[in-house]
Amino acid sequence: MSEIKLMKGNEVIAEAAIRCGCDGYFGYPITPQSEVMETLMLRKPWEETGMVVLQAESEIASINMVYGGAACGKKVMTSSSSPGVSLMQEGLTYIAGAELPCLVVDVVRGGPGLGTIQPAQSDYFQATKGGGHGDYHLIVLAPASVQEMNDFVSLGFDLAFKYRNPAMILADGVIGQMMEKVELSPYKPRWTEEEIEKISGSWALTGKKKNRDRHIVTSLELDAHRQEVFNEKLQRKYREIEQNEVRFEKIGCDDAEYLFIAYGSSARICQKSIELARQEGIKVGLLRPITLYPFPTQAIAEMADRTKGMLTVEMSAGQMVEDVRLAVNGKTRVEHYGRMGGVVPTPEEIVEALKANFKL
Amino acid sequence: MTEEIIIAGFGGQGVLSMGKILAYSGIMQDQEVSWMPSYGPEMRGGTANVTVIISDERISSPVLTRFDTAIILNQQSMDKFESQVKPGGTLLYDPNGITHHPTRKDINIYRVEGARLAAESGNPKIFNMIILGGFLKVKPVVKLENIEKGLQKSLPPRHHSMIPMNIEAVRMGMEHIETINQL
Repeated sequence: MSEIKLMKGNEVIAEAAIRCGCDGYFGYPITPQSEVMETLMLRKPWEETGMVVLQAESEIASINMVYGGAACGKKVMTSSSSPGVSLMQEGLTYIAGAELPCLVVDVVRGGPGLGTIQPAQSDYFQATKGGGHGDYHLIVLAPASVQEMNDFVSLGFDLAFKYRNPAMILADGVIGQMMEKVELSPYKPRWTEEEIEKISGSWALTGKKKNRDRHIVTSLELDAHRQEVFNEKLQRKYREIEQNEVRFEKIGCDDAEYLFIAYGSSARICQKSIELARQEGIKVGLLRPITLYPFPTQAIAEMADRTKGMLTVEMSAGQMVEDVRLAVNGKTRVEHYGRMGGVVPTPEEIVEALKANFKL
Repeated sequence: MTEEIIIAGFGGQGVLSMGKILAYSGIMQDQEVSWMPSYGPEMRGGTANVTVIISDERISSPVLTRFDTAIILNQQSMDKFESQVKPGGTLLYDPNGITHHPTRKDINIYRVEGARLAAESGNPKIFNMIILGGFLKVKPVVKLENIEKGLQKSLPPRHHSMIPMNIEAVRMGMEHIETINQL
């Protein structure tokens, strides 16, 4: 077994990146995720694995450096928080349009605008519905523990390369700042030139060989019909992702009459609310989406037949609740409880919201 | 066993590191732990607090508003957290700078004059370890030997020479705790 450590979520992102053989990190500091680059700079992975760590002049520059690295078939990533991720949206849609793999970590804080530096989940729409222009999706993973911050770095890269699509870890200030026990992944070496050729040789810019055609990485197509054909291909890819990559966790669902639907730190707080509500005899469970895109639509629909009501708990005005309502399709009542602007809901007030909404 | 603790005081008092040592000690005895700091503008000069949970089971919420124990090191934190101790719970404070002492009758109240003891010993840096000692006297959630192991893990090797001094400070806190209200 690997070593057990006590680490912050943000520090673990950095450590996991080094250990999974990441080739490059390009970022720009912003609270509450500055420890990602801080940890990388302290660790100096360029001396150990050859991984590049670069503080760019802005988030726009960071994401375009990621675009460049990804085009070469390298494992590259960036991290930021809400306002910084907004700046990256142009780069992200280009990367999705060019079908390139990369990993983006968003440690969400309160918005809109510069907002606050405290935890929030108000960037669900931006993360799961595309975020930039055009018909595209990121693969979105929502960690609810420091351990998952470790695990999802490697998983995010795996999915990104499997589907040649950008993946995002959508965390929040709580998960980024808190320390928990974590079992770090064992080291994987960075890919060699030969391995990159083998894994991504059909598209990556690895230098034109005599016996093959030029590779062109672009998201530009001047012919509308050809663009449509490309979009149809993208959409087939998204259907495949929706088919194969849905991940979720159920807690206390077997006898549940009511259900919390929550992800990330809200899901952790809801677990405490379940303990409190069950002390009062209210049978409530939790369905925690782990992938936000693809969304666990089917799993939620199945629970709709068995429950009297669902309450989504989000640190937002209610964003994921729309996807839950689509999944449930009117079969049971779905209500939302949220706090905004960086305020974290308490376990007690979530129980009160459940009771108030369903007259318990 | 689950112990949900808030440690609150001024930035610079060692609130966050006390929590970290406690959490590390929990890991040393194979327990689940979480450490959730305030990281807002208050940490840039003002009050700082950290929620530490030590448990035999998987920890649900790292963010809480009801605590088994509150360790309170300034008046602002007293105003905020006295009411958040669960009935039957424990409040431990340093009277230095406290103008409104805790008044609840449904909780155990203890005090440790950590600031005075640290100043008298000539080493103000051991303040948080004295307070930690007081806490461990009334709530022995982690063993002293695991505090020592926790310090070895959490401190860089160049600071390991200071571990005996810190353990001594923990012992000092254990000896000097006063009971104000006992249920």
